[in-house]
Amino acid sequence: MLGRILAKRVALSLITLWLLSVIVFAGGQLLPGDVARAMLGPLADPRAVANFNRQFGLDRPAVVQYWDWVSGFVTGDMGRSYALRSPVAPFIAAALGHSLKLGAVALVLVVPLSIAGGVWAALHAGRAIDRVVSLVGLSATILPEFVTGIVLILVFGVWLRVLPITADWPEGAGPLTQLRYLILPSLPLVLALFGYLARMARAGTIEALAADYTRTAVLKGLPWRAVLWRHVLRNALLPTVTVIATQLGALIGGLVVIEVLFRYQGIGSLIFTAARQKDFPLLEAGVLTVGAIYAVAALAADTVAALLDPRIRHGASR
Amino acid sequence: MTGAAIILFWVVCALAGPQLVPYDPYATDILGALAPPSARHWFGTDQLGRDVFSRVVVGARDILVVAPLATALGVAGGVVLGLVTGYYRGAVDNGLSRLVDVLLTLPLVIIALLALAAIGASTATVVVVIGVVFTPLVARTVRAAVLSQAALDYVAAARLRGERGPYILFVEILPNVAGPILVEATVRLGYAVFTVATLSFIGFGIQPPSPDWGLAISENYGLIGGGIWWIVLANAAAVASLVVGVNLVADGVQEALAT
Repeated sequence: MLGRILAKRVALSLITLWLLSVIVFAGGQLLPGDVARAMLGPLADPRAVANFNRQFGLDRPAVVQYWDWVSGFVTGDMGRSYALRSPVAPFIAAALGHSLKLGAVALVLVVPLSIAGGVWAALHAGRAIDRVVSLVGLSATILPEFVTGIVLILVFGVWLRVLPITADWPEGAGPLTQLRYLILPSLPLVLALFGYLARMARAGTIEALAADYTRTAVLKGLPWRAVLWRHVLRNALLPTVTVIATQLGALIGGLVVIEVLFRYQGIGSLIFTAARQKDFPLLEAGVLTVGAIYAVAALAADTVAALLDPRIRHGASR
Repeated sequence: MTGAAIILFWVVCALAGPQLVPYDPYATDILGALAPPSARHWFGTDQLGRDVFSRVVVGARDILVVAPLATALGVAGGVVLGLVTGYYRGAVDNGLSRLVDVLLTLPLVIIALLALAAIGASTATVVVVIGVVFTPLVARTVRAAVLSQAALDYVAAARLRGERGPYILFVEILPNVAGPILVEATVRLGYAVFTVATLSFIGFGIQPPSPDWGLAISENYGLIGGGIWWIVLANAAAVASLVVGVNLVADGVQEALAT
């Protein structure tokens, strides 16, 4: 049962990714018009333009270009950057590694915080602390990351001077130093995700607290601690897991701004630089990579959800 | 209602700003540059000596033009598309759902970056790009609302009367889905403000020499290392207040129409 559901999800993800690749390709290759002119300048010699086109295969029909690009991408060849005149893939790989570090720090901070916050708010539902948590969470979520990022930089980097205001650490820095540089950039991401995750955890906990199995457990004489851990939390956290994956999209969007703000060489910063330089192979590869990561994460979340909830595994409706 | 008050405040600033501000937002005064907040300059001056308070007030104008326009474009397109797909169903409907799923995988900022890198960033292109990306997202909500209406009796009655499709869509169904559309529109406006401010900050949105807030933050951000914090803080507070205001209104609309 699990296998069949997974296979269907994988197929759907692949179709979605394929559609995304078409959109990204159309956006990058068809929209801009004459890229060669844009790169080489309006006074460029027509022979130089033709050479550029031939070198990058831009004089072939669009469908051929697309097929070349997509088949290359899947096998790891992401084309050559216009601006850097060298293969794109290593840059993407390096940038991805950096972004994953930042994302990991953010997730390690936000997941326990928001679950704790949500559960706590649920246990005191309706009281002041509940309202405060919800309000703080929601306010932080709607603010653009560059706003929260800048305020955090002002407070911790400029006024209090406890944390560095950019994320490029010196060469060869150890993991602890890197962590110190990564904390401030991760905070806006934490704030952006906290509100929604905490709300999900809170809703799930409230629902679980009101459920029959909780009442049964209490009536059975189980100590409250055990009720919480064994019954309530397990059911409350299921929607939270799936939500984490969907929030990944917001995380990635925030990455672009955060990485530019903190001068961090991650995939967001790479996409931004590529966009600024109209370096379309790099830009397209970056966007498609981001899309692929999101699709994989969504798939992983679905799998985890299916593993945690036997009802999903056996195809029953919730 | 606080939200509406905030928005109203900024709308007034946008409309009447140039008349209300103490200084000309574009007037430079190099000798008085980078002055911290004081009684003369409530928010201090920037590196060209321009009064920051005046610039913040006038800076409301661009974002209050671009974001609502983009939202209006997206909602208009989305309503039409949602009505058509919700009522007629079929292959177009399935294709659209797939497309929306694809678009939802990527955050708006990244899609906008790709499109604006391709066609060049300006006020007009930002409006168009955001509007175009919003259209399928709005259409999805409208379609869901239409689906629940299409099965009702008054639609069948209209059909039996011999009314043509467009009539049924726009005269019969549309008024009944106006509630969800309004909610969706206010939510989208929140996203639009967020995205326009972010895009302006990274240089792909509103272009200089506008006193737009996101642009002002990116222009003056490098100064905070040297202790020049007031310009950035003032503009950041402005963005924050507008975003919060729009979201409060969106929440209020949603609550009011949830009956």
